[in-house]
Amino acid sequence: MSRFRVTVQITPRRGILDPQGKAVAGALHALGFPAVHDVHVGRHIVLELDAADQASAERDARAMCERLLANPVTEDFAIAGVTAGAAT
Amino acid sequence: MKFGVVTFPGSNGDYDAFKAVAERLGEEAVYLWHKDHDLQGVDVVILPGGFSYGDYLRAGAIARFSPIMQEVAAHAKAGRPVVGFCNGFQIACEAGLLPGALLRNDSLQFVCAQVPVRVEAANRFTAGYEVGQVLTLPIAHGDGRYTADEATLDRLEGEGQVAFRYVSAAGEVDAAWNPNGSARAIAGVTNAAGNVLGMMPHPERAVEALVSSGDGLPLFESLLARVGA
Repeated sequence: MSRFRVTVQITPRRGILDPQGKAVAGALHALGFPAVHDVHVGRHIVLELDAADQASAERDARAMCERLLANPVTEDFAIAGVTAGAAT
Repeated sequence: MKFGVVTFPGSNGDYDAFKAVAERLGEEAVYLWHKDHDLQGVDVVILPGGFSYGDYLRAGAIARFSPIMQEVAAHAKAGRPVVGFCNGFQIACEAGLLPGALLRNDSLQFVCAQVPVRVEAANRFTAGYEVGQVLTLPIAHGDGRYTADEATLDRLEGEGQVAFRYVSAAGEVDAAWNPNGSARAIAGVTNAAGNVLGMMPHPERAVEALVSSGDGLPLFESLLARVGA
């Protein structure tokens, strides 16, 4: 077993009202960033875990997303990265 | 009839529910500890309001993995009544006992108010009301926007699983009376089998005219009427 660092991104599913994203977009417009069309606020989760190899680390993280980290009704998730070794 | 109120870390409506049953309904009530695996032979399980596990990750997401939820799921699967108020509704959705999910209010504001709520369906939880009756019930939540895909919403409507809806005092449905942006102004739903109810309003906090409307008590009485039925 070796240590892996898996980063997961969870975002509100497209088409579902995201009032937080809308509020942030409004604030950015007020700050003078009119070019911003859309903002989605999600979660970035960093997992440090032990796995046999990189592929099984990703597979484990995916299972965690399906069971707990993301809500399958309203959210999408993506494995953003898998790197060997713990964070320093 | 015996009611069990589950206490999760962060529950704050458990005492209200306990009192509503023990003092206003006059039935036996027990607290069920979230770490136990024993429902103590209760007939009805109440998942109370509050902020279980600090609403970390998502409201109800962690509470659904509490040890006692295995027994609660088995109780529900056996067709026995489970009621979730507010955070209890969120937990029931996360646990898959009810369809859909509760998201952040569209206003991004925590809403604490007495609101008109219309009874939408005749079922074991609403037998003490008339369909179409407008109740006044308290709400207190930041994550109460009921959300499900269109097909699920259509099915809920078609099967009479929408139990309560936010309306005006005169009973009209309009965005102006929807306190949290819930899809189709849905305030409460039942599962397909009809033995699990989840709702954002707090009937357990509306059982005394002194502090609220008293409109919540018939919901508890409805459950009693089913004994032996």
